[in-house]
Amino acid sequence: MNLLRTIKATLLFWCCVALATPVLAQQTNIAEQDVPPELAALAADSYADKGKAIQALIASDHPRTRTWLTTLLDGKLQRIKESGRFVIVTDNRGRDWTVIDAVDDTPLGEVSRRNIDRITINNALRNQLRSAMAVLDLDAPTVQERLASADRLLGKVDVNLAEPLAARLEAEESPAVRDKLTQALAIYQLQSGDSAAISEAIDTLSGSLNPAVRAALNGVAAGEGEAAESARQALAGIEQKLKLNRAAETLYFGLSLGSVLVLAAIGLAITFGVMGVINMAHGELIMLGAYTTWMMQQLLPGQPGLALILSIPAGFLVAAVAGIIIERSVIRFLKGRPLETLLATFGVSLILQQLVRTLVSPLNRTVVTPEWMSGSLVINEALSLTLNRLYVLGFALVVFAGIMLVMRKTRLGLEVRAVTQNRAMARSMGIRATRVDIMTFALGSGVAGLAGVALSQLTNVGPNLGQSYIIDSFMVVVFGGVGNLWGTLVAGMSLGVINQVLEPWAGAILAKIIVLVFIILFIQKRPRGLFPQKGRAAEG
Amino acid sequence: MHWLAKPATERSTQIFIGVLTAALVAVCLLNLLLPAGHPLHVSTYTVTLLGKYLCYALLAVAVDLVWGYLGILSLGHGAFFALGGYAMGMYLMRQIGDRGVYGHPVLPDFMVFLDWESLPWYWHGFDMAWFAFLMVLLVPGLLALVFGFLAFRSRVTGVYLSIITQALTFALMLAFFRNEMGFGGNNGLTDFKELLTFDLSADSTRLGLFVASGLALGLGYWLCRAIVSSKLGRVCVASRDAEARTRFLGYRVERVQLFVFVVSAMLAGVAGALYVPQVGIINPSVFSPLFSIEIVVWVALGGRATLYGAVIGAILVNYAKTVFTGVMPDAWLFALGGLFVIATVVLPQGLAGLLAKRKRGKPTASAKGVKEATA
Amino acid sequence: MTILQSLANRDRVFDFLIPDPSPVDVRHGPILYLEDVSVSFDGFKAINDLNLTIDDGELRCIIGPNGAGKTTMMDIITGKTRPDHGQVWFGSRHNLLTMNEPEIATLGIGRKFQKPTVFEALSVFENLELAMSADKRVMPTLVARLSGEARDRIDEVLEMIGLQTERDRAAGILSHGQKQWLEIGMLLMQRPRLLLVDEPVAGMTEQEMERTGELLTSLAGKQSVVVVEHDMGFVRSIARKVTVLHQGSVLAEGSMDQVSSDPRVVEVYLGEES
Repeated sequence: MNLLRTIKATLLFWCCVALATPVLAQQTNIAEQDVPPELAALAADSYADKGKAIQALIASDHPRTRTWLTTLLDGKLQRIKESGRFVIVTDNRGRDWTVIDAVDDTPLGEVSRRNIDRITINNALRNQLRSAMAVLDLDAPTVQERLASADRLLGKVDVNLAEPLAARLEAEESPAVRDKLTQALAIYQLQSGDSAAISEAIDTLSGSLNPAVRAALNGVAAGEGEAAESARQALAGIEQKLKLNRAAETLYFGLSLGSVLVLAAIGLAITFGVMGVINMAHGELIMLGAYTTWMMQQLLPGQPGLALILSIPAGFLVAAVAGIIIERSVIRFLKGRPLETLLATFGVSLILQQLVRTLVSPLNRTVVTPEWMSGSLVINEALSLTLNRLYVLGFALVVFAGIMLVMRKTRLGLEVRAVTQNRAMARSMGIRATRVDIMTFALGSGVAGLAGVALSQLTNVGPNLGQSYIIDSFMVVVFGGVGNLWGTLVAGMSLGVINQVLEPWAGAILAKIIVLVFIILFIQKRPRGLFPQKGRAAEG
Repeated sequence: MHWLAKPATERSTQIFIGVLTAALVAVCLLNLLLPAGHPLHVSTYTVTLLGKYLCYALLAVAVDLVWGYLGILSLGHGAFFALGGYAMGMYLMRQIGDRGVYGHPVLPDFMVFLDWESLPWYWHGFDMAWFAFLMVLLVPGLLALVFGFLAFRSRVTGVYLSIITQALTFALMLAFFRNEMGFGGNNGLTDFKELLTFDLSADSTRLGLFVASGLALGLGYWLCRAIVSSKLGRVCVASRDAEARTRFLGYRVERVQLFVFVVSAMLAGVAGALYVPQVGIINPSVFSPLFSIEIVVWVALGGRATLYGAVIGAILVNYAKTVFTGVMPDAWLFALGGLFVIATVVLPQGLAGLLAKRKRGKPTASAKGVKEATA
Repeated sequence: MTILQSLANRDRVFDFLIPDPSPVDVRHGPILYLEDVSVSFDGFKAINDLNLTIDDGELRCIIGPNGAGKTTMMDIITGKTRPDHGQVWFGSRHNLLTMNEPEIATLGIGRKFQKPTVFEALSVFENLELAMSADKRVMPTLVARLSGEARDRIDEVLEMIGLQTERDRAAGILSHGQKQWLEIGMLLMQRPRLLLVDEPVAGMTEQEMERTGELLTSLAGKQSVVVVEHDMGFVRSIARKVTVLHQGSVLAEGSMDQVSSDPRVVEVYLGEES
């Protein structure tokens, strides 16, 4: 009996201990929380009171203001039911959540989630919190962060924010941030109803390209009276500026497309223009270059940038070797028979495509864009240039310059020109014409490989990649004038721009059709292209 | 009209027409007289397949006329074929009447689907067979006339011409893919019901279409033969081999080229028009540059500047394609690519050249000096 | 009255249908007249203020060192190349600069190329048939039938150029000299008023040369002939009047003796030659 009692008592004791452990821990290890009044106010019942509390908290300059606001916004600022202690949830997985003290970050271990209450907020409060935090972020050390937070404030300023912002503006040193803040305040002023303030605000805002500014001005312009009139004027001015920026953007996209065309066509300009060889498999050499990039990235996982840089020589080599094989196995038997060369190389292109389909996959492969190539270069709020296209544009120009150097300044270039102009004479002067043929063809093919490496950063890499560029490339070469590298550059760039200019009002496909028809008609008018060769050499 | 009668005196034409007639009669008899289970029975499916080959053969003859005899390598003849096909397809669409899925009395299904209110102007008249059949000739002919006029007048020849013909068919393909064009976009025209009141799914209609294709091939071959064996044909060969010299003799080479080019485009249109009811569909893929260049390889393999070589090439390559795509579809592009290389590197004169070499006949335009008219 | 008459003359209903009896008007002098003609390729002046007149029925030889502009001059006359400025008249009626090659050929100017160009895939007979003067428009050519008369004419020329035995052979298998002859034969079939002959005896044997010379001199009188030739012996044997071209313009003109004693000519040309 006694024994039974003892056991019972012991069990009961251990049960109690087990149940009471958290409470005990609290009470034994940690002092009572000293809640600052600003924090306590956040737990108010009505949202309106909570809003006031947030306002007060910001004004208080309390060192933990930012932490509290962030956690409040994320729903992580909560209270223990029994003690009313403010805590921050750091891990909310499972039934027991890990919490820390909201005032001094003391770890409080795990608490059952049933024992915690969240401090709720609504959308209005969320907005208020975000703007409030943007104001707080204006204290960030770097200009970039401050600029970003000022940007977030555009159109978000209300009565409560206006004053702290104005004060903040006084203290700000960076002119860019000051500009943004002034604009943010001006947008606020537009709604003030004071006509002098409004007209001053419109003056401040005119010329800005920010969409928030335009939205605010549109709001004013929709009304009537003097303010609306001047807002409309300001908007007209902005529209003008926007147009200019859009034109610049179109030009950029046009040049970007042009650089792709030039890259794709420049190799062709060498094999077709200089050697007179029609290589319909040129597109597939581009494809090989793109697949080389993919392959390199597979070989060097996690280092897409390094792989891309290594792909430049690798892509050149792969395409050049493929080109040499095509030249030796097919093209050399068809010398002086351009139409047959065209057909045979077309057959080669089919074989290469199917080869990739069989060996790799009929599906598109993804080539990773390294970090330093993604993102964009922001010129202003309406115009930003995507970095990958900018790199490709630069790459195209570098490749072009390189080709020019090779053709103009090197022994190979001299020999190529000699063989092109008079094969028999060149041979008799000791130039090994066959070797020159191979080298030239390898050069042209290698450049196609480079184009592929560049293209892998802009489009899908698939077996049909080359096919979609071959007609365009021929068009560029023919349009520019066969045998004229400068012509290829000008033609590629202008076709790219024409295409992009047409696209907005004609649509992508129709724009392409128009460009094709234009070239077809152009060739009728000037069969030898933009920059024709004249005289006896052209008669051949 | 003695120039039209001339082919009757030629040995090669006699043989060709004889073989063609015999084949047509044999297929008809084997299809009609033998029971379905008989090992020699030619099924209706096979008849339609053969009919398709005959259309391709006519198309190849058209290409050979301009490539073999004029030296103009057109990489866009698929466009003329497709235009003829679309003209026929439009007629067949109008014949569907209210039997379409949406049951609209006038508008084809795809227009109802696109919420179009009425027929576009260029669809009018295609409910009349005579008009549609006229368009089968006129539309490709007109395109060839305009394109050829511009190209030949400014002496665009050789590789340049090849590339812009390719661009032409490519541009047309892009255009026909657009729904706004009013030709059914991506899906093209299909679901045909009847042709000249004959039910298209009936065996007898299919046999009839096969015979019609054979007749068209025979007539087209005859016409081409008549042209190439006339004095004009010799001017063609002359301008192919020495264009400048031909001009200095007083011939307007560009007009000769234009005439032959237009005739060839019309033949291609007829081939397309006969092809569509047999295949049951026409869509923009026929405009694809790949198809056009495939035609050229039929001719190259068969042998240029012979006409009969083009027929042999077209039938052989397409038979091979049917077999390959059935047995191992992946290998077809390898085979086709290989054909391109072989036909140009190993067999520059094609199969017909092999035949001629065996016979060691007197040198003709076909066996001798088929050279490029290079720019 | 006049209306009745014109109705009676059924072949004279429309005046413009009457074929012009003499398309080339040479009553006022030369058959070919070039004035101040210049053309340049990429800055290089191939022809430089060239003035040249050829009289009706004349046989003129034109000589000059390589690059003197002889072939370019022929290109201009036959419409292949357009000059930058200058005038080219055929007779006093036809401005050649407004016409294209076939029109000029139809008008009666025949040309033999420096490199013999015959239609290699066609037979010798067919080559001559194509050259024969006829209606050369597309449709008439398509339905053309060879009349017995035309056949005789071809055979006649075949005999003149000594290729009767090669009548049905492909022109491509002829020897170089035979091709030269065939091309001259084609010129004869055209019945031109003016023949432009570029290096007719290149690659010919002594004997063939002699026959060519005879043929050309026999043509002169009925037709005007302009011969461009390098072979001095040949020129001396046929020439009555010689023009020396140098750097695209006329350096000297006169009889062979006059020209060859001109010191400037000796310096630029004959000096190297002898």
